[in-house]
Amino acid sequence: MPLQDLEKIFQDKIDAEIKIEPKDWMPEAYRKTNIRQISQHAHSEIVGMLPEGNWITRAPSLKRKAILLAKVQDEAGHGLYLYSAAETLGTSREQTINDLHSGKAKYSSIFNYPTLTWADIGAIGWLVDGAAILNQVMLCRTSYGPYARAMVRICKEESFHQRQGFEILWVLSKGTREQKAMCQDAINRWWWPSLMMFGPHDSESTNSEQSMLWKIKRKSNDELRQNFVDMIAEQVKVLGMKLPDDKLKWNEQTRHYDFGEINWDEFWNVVKGNGPCNKERLEARKKAWEEGKWVREAAAAYAEKRKPQTPKGALEAA
Amino acid sequence: MNYLKKFYYGDIPEDKGGSNELKDSSKVSSSGGASDWPLWEVFIRSKQGLDHKHAGSLHAADAQMAIENARDVYTRRMEGVSIWVVESKYIHASNPDEAKSLYEPAEDKIYRHPTFYDLPDEVKHM
Repeated sequence: MPLQDLEKIFQDKIDAEIKIEPKDWMPEAYRKTNIRQISQHAHSEIVGMLPEGNWITRAPSLKRKAILLAKVQDEAGHGLYLYSAAETLGTSREQTINDLHSGKAKYSSIFNYPTLTWADIGAIGWLVDGAAILNQVMLCRTSYGPYARAMVRICKEESFHQRQGFEILWVLSKGTREQKAMCQDAINRWWWPSLMMFGPHDSESTNSEQSMLWKIKRKSNDELRQNFVDMIAEQVKVLGMKLPDDKLKWNEQTRHYDFGEINWDEFWNVVKGNGPCNKERLEARKKAWEEGKWVREAAAAYAEKRKPQTPKGALEAA
Repeated sequence: MNYLKKFYYGDIPEDKGGSNELKDSSKVSSSGGASDWPLWEVFIRSKQGLDHKHAGSLHAADAQMAIENARDVYTRRMEGVSIWVVESKYIHASNPDEAKSLYEPAEDKIYRHPTFYDLPDEVKHM
C-alpha cells in the first residue's frame, strides 16, 4: 500500500478516536515522538523518587514514613508502567535506561530542585503531583493505546499523592509559628518551578500542531497551566498561606486568575543541566544502576541454573 | 527531521535541552553484564469468578521473579487474587493488517444477534 494511503488510514483512525495499538502501522515520526515522550515521562517518575526518598528516614512519624514509602514505591511502579509502554514501540529497556544515564534523554526539571525541609514533601505532593495530574488526566485520552492505559492506571493511584501532600501542609499550617513558616517557605520555593512544569508558552513553540493533530496531547501548555493556577489559587486559601506572586489576581472578565511571568532564564538553565541538583540526581541513578549490577547478574545466573526444571506453580495456572 | 518542536512535561527535545549526549552511545556501558532480562506479559484475575486480564508487562530473570515483580508492580492495592505470567515471545497474535479479512465472516450474520428476531409484544422476557 502506498505511504499516503497508510497515512490516511492512520489519521482517519485518530480522527475517529480509535486508539493506535503497537502492531498497527504508524508514521515513523509518531513512533519516535511517542518513544521520546513516554520514556522521558518514565524517567521523570524514576528520578522523581530521589527528592522524596531523601525524607523517608526523617519523616516525622511512623505513619508519615509508611505513607511516604508507599508513595515512592508508586512512583517506581509508574516508571515501570511507562517503560513497558515505551517498549511496545520497539525500543529496548536497556537503551532507554542508557539514554537517561548518558544525558540524552531528559526528565522533568522539577526534580532538580532540592527538598530542604519536611514541608517540601507536602509541597511536592500538593503542587508537583497536582501539576502532573492535570497533564496525566489529559494523557489518559492520548491516542497511543499502551500510553493511555498506563496513564489510567497512574491517575487512579496519583490522587492519594496529592491529598497526602495537601494534608501534610494543612497540619503544618495549624501548627506552631515555626511550622507555619516552614509551610509558607516550601510553597514559596515550589510554586514557580511547579508552573514551569507545563513547559514554555504556546506562542514560543512553532510547528506545535502535529502533536495535537495526532492527539498525543489534547491541551496546550498554557491551557493546562491556567487550570493549575485556578485550582491552586483557591486551595491555598484553605491553608491560610500565600502564593509568592504579587500579580496573582482573580480576573472577572476572563473568569480566571491572572498571574505573573515565569523566570524563563531559570527554566532553560535547569533544563540545560544547571539546576541545583541535576548532577546529583543523575549520579544517584547511575550509582544505583552500578551497585545493582551484582543483583542483576546473580538473578540471571540463578535463572540459568534452574532452567531445565519447570518453575513450580507456573504451570498450574487457571 | 524534527516533527515535534513543542514539548511538554517530561518531554524536552534534544536540540533545546542542551543535551550532553555522548557521540558514541556504545561508550555508555549498560554495566549489567548481559542485556535485558526477558520480557513477560502479566495477566491478573481481580477476583474469584472473573477472567485473568492483561495488565501489562515487565522484565524478570525467571517465572518466579516475574510473578513476584508482577505482585509489586500491578497489585499494590489488592487488584489481584491470581497472577499469570508468560514470556512475551510465546504470545502469538493476529496481524492487524489482516483484520478485515480475518473478521469478515462474521460481518453479514446479523441473525446471530437476538435483536434480529421480531416477536409479538405479548412475549415478554425472551
